Amino acid sequence: MTALANHPANRDSAKTMNRYDIAKRMVGLLHRDEAVIGGIGYTNFDLWAASDSPHGRRPQNFYMLGSMGLAVPIALGVAIAQPHRKVFALEGDGSVLMQLGSLSTVAARAPKNLCIVIMDNGAYQITGGQLTATAHGADIVGIAQASGLAQSAWAADEDAFVELAGLALTEDGPWLIGCRIDNEKPKDTTERDPARIRDGFMRGLGSGQAGGRGSA
Amino acid sequence: MAVAWYEIVRDVLKRHDVSLVTYVPDNVLRPLIEAIHADPFFTAFACTREEEALGIGAGAYMGGLRGILLMQTSGFATLPNVLASLSVPFGIPTLMMVSERGTLGEFNIGQQLVARTMRPVLDALNIESHTMTRLDEAEFILDRALVQAFATMAPCCFILSPLLTGGKIFAK
Repeated sequence: MTALANHPANRDSAKTMNRYDIAKRMVGLLHRDEAVIGGIGYTNFDLWAASDSPHGRRPQNFYMLGSMGLAVPIALGVAIAQPHRKVFALEGDGSVLMQLGSLSTVAARAPKNLCIVIMDNGAYQITGGQLTATAHGADIVGIAQASGLAQSAWAADEDAFVELAGLALTEDGPWLIGCRIDNEKPKDTTERDPARIRDGFMRGLGSGQAGGRGSA
Repeated sequence: MAVAWYEIVRDVLKRHDVSLVTYVPDNVLRPLIEAIHADPFFTAFACTREEEALGIGAGAYMGGLRGILLMQTSGFATLPNVLASLSVPFGIPTLMMVSERGTLGEFNIGQQLVARTMRPVLDALNIESHTMTRLDEAEFILDRALVQAFATMAPCCFILSPLLTGGKIFAK
């Protein structure tokens, strides 16, 4: 908690950053096979783009293809199943607004290994840029704090984001980091083969195919 | 000594290593929820919505932990989108147990109507479902259906009929 004293930014004062750049910085901090759950839309697409490298794409990412709003619940489930692995949920403002109750569930379960990152551009950008409630004053970090997630903060800028994500990687959670982002188009789009996505993710987590097809 | 339906459910879940129980509560499910909370084998907690409970179970499964979702009939009606976009296409064996409202003495017209949507949704999504009516069949149905759900990586829904549970009694 004391660590957050250095992060007093609010939504209005936080710098508007770039979604891909933030995703790239986050992935760049992950050196211990941390799990990342990407919600739908451009948040998901830029996670996909940011997770490619000359050595291949990191296998510990899960990409939703629908089920809007479930990135946080899915990440909570992974965090419960694998308490020694750090788990990140990457979600947009429109998506998290659809499932605000999940923030209070995370607070009640208090998983030490979970960090929620919200990419907030105040718009349903993929459907044409219609405004979300955050554009009218709803504050996701404030909602998270009021839901019981005391360790929630806005990233004032890129350096602050890296510092907050670093805290989430080293200190007990749950954490929530709010990022104000711009409306730039994503760098790529995810693949759309759900069986492949699930299988790759489970292998990346070391839980692939237990009891499933191929074992009988 | 007679064994209650909820004791059978609890014991079969344990046998199949289904330890995560996420639920939106219901009066009919109450003895099962209490039996599960009383057993340290289980991790059990209430969620704010059935979709959320399903998402947590899906994440847990991919992390190597088996779970089941408990809800009432009206709660199931909030799930078609996530079943169609997460559980079914990704091959996640989402287990659901629904206490059946809307039949055999229903007193709430909303429950009566929403209950009519449940089986058509399950059939449309090609999800295996079993309506459980008899105590002497409960263990066999649960045991075999859990084997199948995990082996074929397919969701399965258990509908608990008032014939099994007694249902919810109309009280003025």
